[in-house]
Amino acid sequence: MLTPNICKMVVSAPRIAKAALPGQFLIVLANEEGERIPLTISDYNREAGTVTIVTQLIGASSAAIIAKEEGEFFRDVVGPLGNPSEFVNMDESQLKGQRYIFIAGGLGTAPVYPQAKWLHDRGIAVDVIIGARTKDLLIYTEELGSACDNLFLCTDDGSAGFHGVGTACLEQLVAEGHEYTKAVAIGPMIMMKFATLTCKKLGIPIDVSLNMLMVDGTGMCGACRVTVAGKTRFACVDGPEFNGYDVDFDEAMRRLGQYKAEEAEEKAKYVK
Amino acid sequence: MAERIPRVPVREQDPKVRAHNFDEVCYGYNLEEAMTEASRCLHCKNPRCVTACPVSIKIPEFIAKVKEGDIHGAAAIIAEDSSLPAVCGRVCPQETQCEGSCILGVKGEPVAIGKLERFVADHTSEGVAHPSVEGKSKKVAVIGSGPAGLACASDLAKWGYDVTIFEALHKAGGVLEYGIPEFRLPKEKVLKKEIEEVKALGVKIETDVIIGRTVSIDSLIDDEGFEAVFVGTGAGLPKFMGIPGENLNGVFSANEFLTRNNLMKAFREDYMTPIHAGAKCCVVGGGNVAMDAARTALRLGADTSIIYRRTEVELPARKEEVHHAKEEGIDFRMLTNPVEIIGDEKGWVKALRCIKMELGEPDESGRRSPVPIPGSEFEIPTETVIMALGTAPNPLIINKTKGLEATRRGGLVADEDGRTTREGIFAGGDAVTGAATVILAMGAGRKAAKAIDEYLKTK
Repeated sequence: MLTPNICKMVVSAPRIAKAALPGQFLIVLANEEGERIPLTISDYNREAGTVTIVTQLIGASSAAIIAKEEGEFFRDVVGPLGNPSEFVNMDESQLKGQRYIFIAGGLGTAPVYPQAKWLHDRGIAVDVIIGARTKDLLIYTEELGSACDNLFLCTDDGSAGFHGVGTACLEQLVAEGHEYTKAVAIGPMIMMKFATLTCKKLGIPIDVSLNMLMVDGTGMCGACRVTVAGKTRFACVDGPEFNGYDVDFDEAMRRLGQYKAEEAEEKAKYVK
Repeated sequence: MAERIPRVPVREQDPKVRAHNFDEVCYGYNLEEAMTEASRCLHCKNPRCVTACPVSIKIPEFIAKVKEGDIHGAAAIIAEDSSLPAVCGRVCPQETQCEGSCILGVKGEPVAIGKLERFVADHTSEGVAHPSVEGKSKKVAVIGSGPAGLACASDLAKWGYDVTIFEALHKAGGVLEYGIPEFRLPKEKVLKKEIEEVKALGVKIETDVIIGRTVSIDSLIDDEGFEAVFVGTGAGLPKFMGIPGENLNGVFSANEFLTRNNLMKAFREDYMTPIHAGAKCCVVGGGNVAMDAARTALRLGADTSIIYRRTEVELPARKEEVHHAKEEGIDFRMLTNPVEIIGDEKGWVKALRCIKMELGEPDESGRRSPVPIPGSEFEIPTETVIMALGTAPNPLIINKTKGLEATRRGGLVADEDGRTTREGIFAGGDAVTGAATVILAMGAGRKAAKAIDEYLKTK
């Protein structure tokens, strides 16, 4: 457990580990009666044939994932799904001179790790901001510390690092003279919305990773549809990363709550 | 000539009762009923029913065995041509195929071929043994475990090939598993049993493998030693209308709604999957999928209407499904087309705004095309809207595999026998034609199996 309700798991899945790239996700079905839960890949090891996932206790199905002990099996793990991050398909000349800033919030910190590492390993400038409510909820600080040039921590209550939210931290960094050519925000939808607004103000292009509701993850159900640049897109096959400037965040937030009533009912049954 | 025996009616669950459960609607024949029905077959010299069957089941021959009470003999005859008789007996559009061509149908009612096929399949528990023809040396990959893939894999396995089916979802069966509801096709009792029989032929099924993501076709060929590949990935992409309000909460594709209920078993208390049918539900579309979605919503407690822009005559769904839906209390709003979905202040569906239609001139499909009547807009208050407008093939494999070409409508380019534009890769079913029927997909799978056999023999 990384925090009282965030859990890191290393899953043996050789085929997925071989194909996985930063930005992609998996779908995990803990038990026969569970749901197919999309989780962004937080690390992969091709030699060991493993992928790492980080899960937060939210409802009945995430509780079932977290309940698994070391050595146990999930009923199903499928992936990698979605498109890799944009930079994976850029060539060296395009990447050279880029200065990346990652804005990570809560659970979204974990999937930032393979992205920052990928860039850092290739000598691209990467800074990372991790935000959480309080010091004890900051995750992946050690891993990310070694996968970027500068790591900035921030907490809402000021118990560690910058006192305030990640976007305020970014504004301060830019004011201090840090220059960034590209931002990537991964975290709660509301945080990504404000990260986008801040980046717009600062003139930095930004990609966001949308964690929509999904069933199959392969383009079949359409549950994950989002409006991007006025068009309906499926987060599972067209994303999960999109240009933040184009995303209708308010609609995305509303759609995330689509099964709230049903989920609360299930949670009451399973999580005591 | 002896007095004509009328077609033996099949027993069904009371509509009032079944509207509240997911148990199968149709009970099927018992032995006595089946033998009586079988005795109606005239055993034509040139049986038109066989010609009309996409997989050419030797219908008069199996019916003759049923008439004698030899169910296992009948099963063996069917098994020569079909690996999914319990499925086909339930979901094939017999009225336009075998039964539609039955000579008895000219003056009266055709032989109930579908119900007899189902009877045979349901009453033979063990599979029919098929001896291996040769050493299992050559490996063939089949992508997708729906009807096309299962049919192709069965034939190849019977001929001695080493066949592995790759399935993207966590359960095998494709649309038979995620799309067709329990009350038409029971999963454990019928589908699982038939898939087990395919496995008994030596076919391996790997679930949770998305070809094009988890592993590529090239890697299957280059690294895993597969010598031919069959693509039977179906048509899984939902269509939406492109009208305002489609992304409101409470608007679902039929695919999402049915997958939650069928594959993910949302209707069962012991499963965690959430589903939301609301108190009032409108299903847009007139095909079998629309009927399935509407009847599912009804069973989940919603007062359900079908919204279709043409008239009842043009409904593409099977007559039997429309009849069942009506019996169960589904409201049919014909000549009606949605123009907008209206939401409340919280972004949930409140009403479906529609326009009245009338039939105009016939279009290229021969159906009279519906034309809106100006000024006839009205609102239907509803909590949910399910879009059942048809589906399109998934572009993933075409995009991720060199040498494959797509048709204008997104299907894979393949010839009559399933050969694609790339050597060693074959395709069939909805992945090629766009959404069609289970039996046509099976027929295409069998044709491709033949072409694969020829290709591997000469390779």
